[in-house]
Amino acid sequence: MSYHLHHLKELEAESIFVMREVAAQFERPVLLFSGGKDSILLVHLAKKAFYPARLPFPLLHIDTGHNFPETIVFRDKLVQGLGARLIVGSVEDAIRRGIVVEEKGYNASRNYLQTAVLLEEIENNRFDAAIGGARRDEEKARAKERFFSHRDEFGQWDPKNQRPELWNLFNSKKQFGEHFRVFPISNWTELDVWMYLAAEKVELPNLYFAHRRRVFERDGMLLADTDAILKRPEEEAAIREITVRCRTIGDMTCTGLWESHAASIEEIIAEVATARKTERGGRADDKRSETAMEDRKKEGYF
Amino acid sequence: MSDFKHTELLRFTTAGSVDDGKSTLIGRLLYDSKSIYEDQYEAVRQTSERRGEAEVNLALLTDGLKAEREQGITIDVAYRYFSTPRRKFIIADTPGHIQYTRNMVTGASTANAALILIDARHGVVEQTRRHAFIASLLQIPHLVICINKMDLVGYDEEVYERIRQDFEQFSYKLDVKDVHFIPLSALRGDNVVDKSEHMPWYGGPTLLYYLEHVHIGSDHNFIDCRFPVQYVIRPYSDDFHDYRGYAGRIAGGVFKKGDKVMVLPSGFTSTIARIDTYDGEQEEAFPPISATILLEDDLDISRGDMIVRENNQPHVEQDLEVMVCWFNERPMQLRGKYTILHTTREARCIIKDIRYKLDINTLHRNLEDKDIRMNDIARIAIRTTKPLFFDSYRKNRITGSVIFVDEATNETVGAGMVI
Repeated sequence: MSYHLHHLKELEAESIFVMREVAAQFERPVLLFSGGKDSILLVHLAKKAFYPARLPFPLLHIDTGHNFPETIVFRDKLVQGLGARLIVGSVEDAIRRGIVVEEKGYNASRNYLQTAVLLEEIENNRFDAAIGGARRDEEKARAKERFFSHRDEFGQWDPKNQRPELWNLFNSKKQFGEHFRVFPISNWTELDVWMYLAAEKVELPNLYFAHRRRVFERDGMLLADTDAILKRPEEEAAIREITVRCRTIGDMTCTGLWESHAASIEEIIAEVATARKTERGGRADDKRSETAMEDRKKEGYF
Repeated sequence: MSDFKHTELLRFTTAGSVDDGKSTLIGRLLYDSKSIYEDQYEAVRQTSERRGEAEVNLALLTDGLKAEREQGITIDVAYRYFSTPRRKFIIADTPGHIQYTRNMVTGASTANAALILIDARHGVVEQTRRHAFIASLLQIPHLVICINKMDLVGYDEEVYERIRQDFEQFSYKLDVKDVHFIPLSALRGDNVVDKSEHMPWYGGPTLLYYLEHVHIGSDHNFIDCRFPVQYVIRPYSDDFHDYRGYAGRIAGGVFKKGDKVMVLPSGFTSTIARIDTYDGEQEEAFPPISATILLEDDLDISRGDMIVRENNQPHVEQDLEVMVCWFNERPMQLRGKYTILHTTREARCIIKDIRYKLDINTLHRNLEDKDIRMNDIARIAIRTTKPLFFDSYRKNRITGSVIFVDEATNETVGAGMVI
């Protein structure tokens, strides 16, 4: 007798288990949806976990107002197909209300402002668990995350005081006002995600595939030509149209583009398998300092 | 998944004393298996240069958080990933200092294999015994003894043989099934990924070859059917009006459509009508698959119940004997009450008796000392508020494990293995 499971099937089984634990252990969970491949994977796994029922939680998108337009179109179509409820937390609106202050200058980004808006949405909706698509292979601060990650009443992460997590026993006990971040795809790598999305034939935004786009270079990174980024005169002068694709999708102001001709998911897998740079190497938000991610996570970034 | 080569998942944990070269070994595995990206390598190269080190320090690849670098310590378990065409690997990298036991137990709980590092110059030391004991306590199926720094003892076969014999002399007392010894140098790359040219006397596999080929197909229990009900799926939609599916992850055995089953705690019996997944009906389900089981009869079943076979039932009891590893600064309270989590079931329990505390260096059982503090291991007797459906941990790591939660602080304060 021999029962073998493909490693992607084992990862899938683990993620589905975690999704169901969330539905069983929390009263008001929510799934954080950014429009990127990891959150698209989360939605796909959630569909599998609760089939044939609908998702037992709404989706929450923190919209910086600086998204690629394609992201929003894709999001709305996906939500409609699911029959799920979508909640949008708007950074633009938070700026108008004076909750957060817009950064100024060439490197201004609304990425950091997302944290305050996310925490406000969690508080207003009384969410007790926020499911996120973070993976441990992404970044050294994320390598130490738990599946069930406790946040205090300020939404803060305390890496030195995490609860030990053993076997498949997840402790969701908390005080009133505290919440959890839950990461069902903790053990997936970038390559796992792509291989699985390909095998499952999951639809993805066309931003991930090679397309023509006007770009300019900054700090060794290619950024999209958009009004959301203030460009220096020399950057403005060097704008060119080339064939690129996204490896991660976030706010336009901090999502680096990669020169690539990968037009299908199979070509992307071949590219990722031989890539010599990490995917977050194209994220300006991580480049601010060596501990940029760690610092943001402590404050409640996801 | 047929489009891709059939790869399996292997989880392993690493243990070593502070200077055994554990970080270097992990760095070497990642680097030589080409799992390191240029930008990661470049960052490490620059740091090594800044510190004035002669070579690129691969140990820095496992460097962690700011708080850790400031204090020169590792806070707790970090997970790392790499893969080869044959397997995907998850490393639970646990530090080798103060909160050692707690961290290693955590990393070991899901591991298929444990790497234990020994410095060839120092041989088997107290820490080695402790690591081997924890690996056996947590029933890690495969143990790899990495005799490291062979370059510093002139790649001498006699040193290797002596350490091997020393280890075997005490490990026969432990409950470990499969032990393998590999002489290597993580710093020089001998026998890590590539075969060493310096140790022709060693005819065994390199570490990576071993990890790629060790048989893990029988690490799960495929005999005793156990299905802890995790969540009840009721769509309440027109298409699935009377649908009532029991969702969960198979903890043991193979469930098939048409099987006669019994539900605990009610004791009612029924037949499996269907095993459902999003990808369609399945003929059978085995560990660690997540599935949804539908029964022929309409029974009252909820989270925390367990579906089993009538002729092969787990223990259904409120009194348990448990080996516990304590995790918290607040010592264990005799007669104290804790929340206990077991499979998908939650109850409260009282610590009835502390049978003995175990000295993990000598394996001596201390019957007098009832003071159980952080990192201590003890055998205790507990009573739960309602029956648990359990097996011994030796028989099934899922149905034989529990965690204890402090009702005041909500922290996970202990991990237990049912005897």
